[in-house]
Amino acid sequence: MRVTNHPILGSQQSGSMVTIYLDGDPVPAREGEPIAAALVAAGRLRLRYTVKRHEPRGVFCGIGRCTDCVMTVNGESNVRTCVTQVTPGMNIVSQGKGSTEAAQCER
Amino acid sequence: MATKLSETGYLSEEELSVRLPSAKRMRRGPIAVVECTQDIPCNPCESACLAGAITVGQPITLLPILDEEACRGCGACIPKCPGLAIFVVDCSRPGDMGTVQMPYEYYPLPEANEVVQALDRRGQPVGIARVEKVTVLGGYDHTALVTIVVTKDLVNRIRNIKLLRES
Amino acid sequence: MRKIEIVVVGAGPAGLSAAVEAARLGAEVLVLDENHKPGGQLFKQIHKFFGSREHRAGVRGFDLGYELLAEAAQTGATIALNSVVFSIYADKRLGVIEDGKISRTIQADKIILATGASENAVAFPGWILPGVMGAGAVQTMINLHRVLPAVKTLVIGSGNVGLIVSYQLLQAGGQVVAVVEAAPRIGGYGVHAAKISRAGVPILAGYTVKRAYGDEKVEGATIVKVDEYFQPIVGTEQDVEVGCIAVAVGLTPLSELACLCGCVTMYVPRLGGMLPVHDADMQTSVDGIYVAGDIAGAEEASTAMEEGRLAGIAAAEKLGYIQGPEAALAKDAVWRRMNTLRTGSFGQARREAKLSIVQQGRGVGGD
Repeated sequence: MRVTNHPILGSQQSGSMVTIYLDGDPVPAREGEPIAAALVAAGRLRLRYTVKRHEPRGVFCGIGRCTDCVMTVNGESNVRTCVTQVTPGMNIVSQGKGSTEAAQCER
Repeated sequence: MATKLSETGYLSEEELSVRLPSAKRMRRGPIAVVECTQDIPCNPCESACLAGAITVGQPITLLPILDEEACRGCGACIPKCPGLAIFVVDCSRPGDMGTVQMPYEYYPLPEANEVVQALDRRGQPVGIARVEKVTVLGGYDHTALVTIVVTKDLVNRIRNIKLLRES
Repeated sequence: MRKIEIVVVGAGPAGLSAAVEAARLGAEVLVLDENHKPGGQLFKQIHKFFGSREHRAGVRGFDLGYELLAEAAQTGATIALNSVVFSIYADKRLGVIEDGKISRTIQADKIILATGASENAVAFPGWILPGVMGAGAVQTMINLHRVLPAVKTLVIGSGNVGLIVSYQLLQAGGQVVAVVEAAPRIGGYGVHAAKISRAGVPILAGYTVKRAYGDEKVEGATIVKVDEYFQPIVGTEQDVEVGCIAVAVGLTPLSELACLCGCVTMYVPRLGGMLPVHDADMQTSVDGIYVAGDIAGAEEASTAMEEGRLAGIAAAEKLGYIQGPEAALAKDAVWRRMNTLRTGSFGQARREAKLSIVQQGRGVGGD
């Protein structure tokens, strides 16, 4: 959830709200924030599934080092969502479980 | 060194007792209680005091010493302590009631005359209290000072509040 | 190939401080940072810092960050964001990728590595569930992006990071169900513990997490008491309902670039593990390559800024921008301030650890 009033940071935030798409569904996002922040704010902590055992994964390090948060963004796979900023209309798709990578692994 | 504070996060009665002002001084007017018990290099309280009542000296790991007579209980030190470890208590009013002034950095701030829950150092509720005053100043840098009215016997037990509003 | 006098890798508190000092003395300074915003971990520190006036005690971390950025702009240091340093050589060439697209080589006269540290992890069944994340990740979410990952969080680790992030979770409107600490005592400052204790957060020394569970994300965890060998005591398990677990179990210096260019390293457990050895001027075993901040030992923002200043002055001195006696005075002032920070029950061990590094550094000194 989003913290609208913060005792130290105040209530003003820069950047207007835009819409990004997660697996086809619209998700509100603030311009300038990373994709992962918008998804976590919307309650979506599970960002992908592992290819072989279909285990759920999400943000772990939050600063672009561990790659647990990767998703397919505008067709490009393995994008680190914790350090990639949203753009209006961005298309985000979960990886693993039903994706082409999973199918290739199962063959 | 093993202390109640380092084992649990709250001071034992004994650890607190050496930081408390004398009962005589507490009856005379507001006085600061500096609940700083570890040798951390830190001394903003020393320069914060307008009456020169707090001494840390050198090295700055020394614990602050409060001059009871010089302290006016003005509370200027409260928002300056990075550890939010200073409170001002007042047991000088006639009757049973005293006050506790504490640093508060949460949203929303309480309002004057609001009734809140009074909490001890473990966050346990110790009854309810009326908020007498809330002070917000730019120089405090987002640390508000909240004064609540409680019975005198609780002024050194209550160190936090919880709002009773519907969230 | 671009030639720059001083290249600083990392625009956190150490890197920015180094850049400001060197640029102020007249050196040409370029700061490279892989992120799209500068500041490293500094802007997430919304609490007031300790120390004395000369350490800017009482000022919130992010305000110090804004000041540093303003000083960097004023002194003419250039900050290049979205720039990843992927290679570095002892002859002080660097390979940089800009904006993920353009690859460039830079030849530096002096390099200051200020790449910081990374968070450690602790593995328990369920640690890879969504919602289990580093305490730094939680701090990034709540203080930078203003997103609260879950209503209820369990914090693992009672060092200053765990205690501070717990307080900041409360400030963000969250609940902290407990802080568990495997050691018998709280690791961080008593005043940090006291703040959350009086908010009702139980700090459980001698406890750890046995497992986390949940379907698509973490929904709960089992905490358990441990004995003096850190082994779980059967029968003391307790289940807690949480939507997030913040793991605050220490930091390890990010020393890859130092290793790549051949810096001699040493293992210093008290400061996070393997790190590049440096002398009293923050110079590594490779001539002209310096380190500053958490890369040289995980401590705190205050010491990071001082080490940055030291490295900046030292590098500028070698380039002739400040002469011997004046430089010595400036460096001594930094050491005095750093020594003050590294005192007391919490700081003394760090001071000794740092001393052991500098002693090694003198032996392998690059000069």
